[in-house]
Order: sequence, then structure tokens, then C-alpha cells
Amino acid sequence: MSVRTVRTIWLRELRSYANSPNAWVIAAIFLGLSGLSFALSVTGRYPEATIRGFLFGPIGPIGAFFLTILLAPALTMRLLAEEQKLGTIELLLTAPVRDIEIVLGKYLAALSILSSMYALTLYFPLLLFAFGNPDVTPLLTGYLVLFLVGAVAVAVGLLGSALTANQIVAAITSLAILLVLWLFNATAALGSPDDAWTDVVTFLALSEHIRDMAFGVFDTRDIIYFLSLIVFFLFLTVRAVETRRWR
Amino acid sequence: MIESRELTKYYGDFPAIEDVTFTAEPGEVIGFLGPNGAGKTTTMRIITGFTPPTSGTAIVAGHDVQEEPLAARASIGYLPETVPLYTDMTVREYLHYMGGLRGMSGARIRSRVDDVFGLCRLEEYTDSLVSKLSKGYRQRVGIAQAILHEPPVLVLDEPTIGIDPRQVVETRQIIRGLGGDHTVILSTHILPEVSMVCDRVLIIHEGRIVVMDSAERLSARLGGVSRVVMDVRGPRAQIEETLAQVDGVVSVEISDAGGRQQFVVECAPGRDLRVDLARRVAEHGWGLVELRAVGLSLEEIFLRLTTEDEVSAA
Ligand SMILES: Nc1ncnc2c1ncn2[C@@H]1O[C@H](COP(=O)(O)OP(=O)(O)OP(=O)(O)O)[C@@H](O)[C@H]1O
Ligand SMILES: [Mg+2]
Repeated sequence: MSVRTVRTIWLRELRSYANSPNAWVIAAIFLGLSGLSFALSVTGRYPEATIRGFLFGPIGPIGAFFLTILLAPALTMRLLAEEQKLGTIELLLTAPVRDIEIVLGKYLAALSILSSMYALTLYFPLLLFAFGNPDVTPLLTGYLVLFLVGAVAVAVGLLGSALTANQIVAAITSLAILLVLWLFNATAALGSPDDAWTDVVTFLALSEHIRDMAFGVFDTRDIIYFLSLIVFFLFLTVRAVETRRWR
Repeated sequence: MIESRELTKYYGDFPAIEDVTFTAEPGEVIGFLGPNGAGKTTTMRIITGFTPPTSGTAIVAGHDVQEEPLAARASIGYLPETVPLYTDMTVREYLHYMGGLRGMSGARIRSRVDDVFGLCRLEEYTDSLVSKLSKGYRQRVGIAQAILHEPPVLVLDEPTIGIDPRQVVETRQIIRGLGGDHTVILSTHILPEVSMVCDRVLIIHEGRIVVMDSAERLSARLGGVSRVVMDVRGPRAQIEETLAQVDGVVSVEISDAGGRQQFVVECAPGRDLRVDLARRVAEHGWGLVELRAVGLSLEEIFLRLTTEDEVSAA
């Protein structure tokens, strides 16, 4: 694999994000709503010096995790769908470039944008330090798990974008996959507590692996879970790009 | 330089191309001629590695397109049919990006980008957004990216479509100039274009190669005047009979287009009978109002070549 090719594609996509209003609007929505969540959680009747309000949201599910799941498909929908629509994929796939290099370049570009959005929220913990005495571990693991959820969401988003030339269809497809991943454990209620089904859906659900880390408990099994999901969806994306050649 | 062996491609049950076999020598310019849906684009997409064949092999610069895709693709410059460009980039940014994808070094990209700006006459548009360019200039950007990395093989799908006649001439000159250093395959619907630009012509019809010949021999075969339209004032039946008796005339038809008495004279292939026909009319003292040669349409040529082929095969 050629790092240079990945870098070339990554840089092009970054510039493309910077030049289109899309990424800026998404960043504004994310920063606005997650900032509101944070503000509400630290000014409420029982203020706490944590970022849990920012991550999960004090009202409904509108915290950073859920916003990531809603907004990542909008961020990634263009990446491969537009190439198919414009036909530029024909030049990309006939250049001496591996399919995985294309996928990684685009993946890293979207992940870089998402990470920058997360980085811009780092003043929340700084405020906590300025006005209170927060626990450091949950801050670190909280941001780590947020980044991992973002990395999964972008991988799913890229897969959706590889499957179709229509950006809207791409966004809806990836949002559907992410919502299923997120809400999987709700189906556990259908079985009895020690059912095999309960175990499976509890293991697969995104939200099950978020909780511990968001509260400061670091578990390598959670890390492995997230990394496997990322690899799995990127692998599917590469396959989707490959089959694009047969269509 | 390019070797295509029995390439066959099915879309479902439909054969887009069947048993396409040909070779292109280094420095040769080969023209693919064929009507819509003949399979030109499909053949080119297989050679460039965009789509895999159902069966058969394509070897480019010594590399099997399927077995060593990266090496094969690295030796090709490709202009797809609908010149696909990223509309949010300037011409220069776009060429830099394409150079990067081809693994060119920064210094080489910079010097080659300046070269191709000159070659493709794009100097005035180097920093224009691609989305603001006219069709003809987009086509030039497409050619520019194809030759940027100086590939030994160029595959150009309808390089002169949609551009004005002056630019067509310039584009043909560019392509003609590339032959010699590059092996070029181009596709077209325009018959004279092949004789102007190509060394060898490959005619594809319904997914099969029907004719493979040098451009000179093909134009000799189809060349000369084969149909003459005459507007003659005089006795209808007598004129028709007299014209039909001229040596080399195959048939005479009368059309009364626009209230004029027109005789469409079909001549034997390769014979110019205009002088003979005019003399005969003059001998009888009829009024010759107009006389002009008409070329065959591409459809007629295909019809002729395909039926000719079937006759010789039978
Ligand atoms: N992706 C596809 N799926 C199904 N059929 C296809 C596909 N691409 C091409 N075909 C069919 O294969 C045949 C050959 O098409 P191709 O595009 O190669 O023709 P062409 O010679 O390039 O025609 P044109 O002069 O119009 O560009 C056509 O009948 C076309 O309908
Ligand atoms: Mg075509």
C-alpha cells in the first residue's frame, strides 16, 4: 500500500471539505447543540463537573454521541457517491491506485474533519477545570470513546456512500445502519434476561460499549469491539468499490 | 504494446463485445470506428482496467490488465467518454491531483503541468475552475490529464466529440503529434477523422470487429465518389435510361425533392463518374442545373462493410 497515494486523496478531500459549505454547516450544528447540552448539564439544579451531559445530552438523546450518529452520514455521503455520479470514479479506478488506498484516503479525510469538530469542544473540560474540580479519567476515556464512535460512524457513512451514486440515499442508508447499531440492545427487552439473543444484541450494540468508558472505566474489550467494527465496515467499503467495476 | 485476445463482455445475457482480438504496435495510432452501441467504450474500459472482461485477456505494455493491474494502469493515459472532472478544482489543482494519483514527484508534476498547458493550449485557463470551462476546454483538460504522466499508451474515447470545428482540427493535430511516442487507441463516429489521424482502423459492429485495415486501404475501398445527385431539366424517362447506360453506373433513382427533378446515380465503388455523366447530359442538350457528389453516411458504410463481409464469408 502506498502512503503517498492515501495522502494525495486525503489532501484533496480535505480541501474539498474546506471549500464546501456542507462541512461548515455540520460543524456549526454539532458545536451549537453539544454546547447547549453541556451548558444545560452544568447549570442545572444538580450541576456536576463532568462531560456526561455533553456526551449523552441532558434532554433527550441530543448529546455528542447521538449527534455524531446523525451528522456523520451527512459528512460522508458525498465522498464516493459523487465520484460515481460525476463519473470521476472512472479515472480514479483506472489510475494506478489500489481500492483500499482510495477508501483509506477518503475515510481519514472525513475522520479528520470530525476530530477537528471534537477538538473544538475541548474548552468544555477546560471550563470544568476553571470552575470546579473534575475527575480526569472520565474526561480522557470519555473523549476516547467519542472519537471511537465517530470513527465507526464515518466508516459506516463511507460504506453507504460507496453503495450508491445518490448522496441522499447514501446518507439514509448509513443512518439506518448506525441507528440499528445504536438501538440494537433495545431488542433485548423482547427476550428473557438470560437469553442467548440478549447476550448477542447486548454485545453488538454500540450504546453498550459506550457507557463504561463514558463513566471512566477503561476496558480493552470495548476498544477491540470498536476497532473490529471499523475494520469490518472499511472492508465492506473496499468490496463495494470493487463491485462498482462490475456494474 | 497493446494486445487484446478474444475479449468478451456480457452485461447479463447481452454480449456488449465478443471475441475482440487485435494488437497495436508501439507508436501506432489505431481508430475504433463504430455506430452507437457497437462496443467501443466497453472495449476501452476493459483495456484501461475499469471493468473486467467476461473472458479473454488484455495486455498493455507487457502487463496483463487483470493479473498486474497497477503496472498496466500506470502505463495508460485515459480519456473517458464523458470527460469526468472534479468541478470544485481549478485546472491546475486538478492536474496536480491526477499527477499525484499517478505517483509522479512534485517537481515532475510542476514541469509536466506547464508542458501540457502549452500542448493542449490551456495557458489562459490554468487557474479557472473546471466547472466554468466550456465543453471544448474540458475536453482539452481531459486530454491534458491523459498525457500528463507521459504514458506509453493512450486510450481516448471520442476525443473530438462536442467541440467546435477549429478545436477539432487542433485536437486532431495534438493526437497526431502524440503518435510516434505513444501508442494511441481512439474511438470515433467520424469516418474522415480516422483517415486523418489513424494508421489503422478497426471497425466494430454489434460487438464484433468486422474490418481491420490500414486507413489508406480502407479509404480506397470506400473512397472516390460513389453517389452523384444530378438536377436535370428534360424528359424524365429518357434521361433516366441514358444515365443508367453510362459505364460504371449501378442504379439510377429519381427523387422529386422540392419540386425539382433529381436523379440519384449510384456508382460502382471507387469510381468518379461525374465527368462522364455531365458529358452525356450535355450531348443530349438537356439542362444540367446541378451536379454533386455525396458521400456515404456512416450507417451506409457499416451496412456495406457488414454485408460485403457476409458475402465474402459465404
Ligand atoms: N453498464 C452497462 N450495463 C448494461 N449494458 C451496457 C453497459 N454498458 C454498455 N452496455 C451495452 O453494451 C453495448 C456497447 O456499449 P458501448 O458503450 O461499448 O458502445 P459504444 O460503441 O461506445 O457506443 P457509443 O458510440 O454510443 O459511445 C450497448 O448495447 C450498451 O447498451
Ligand atoms: Mg462509447
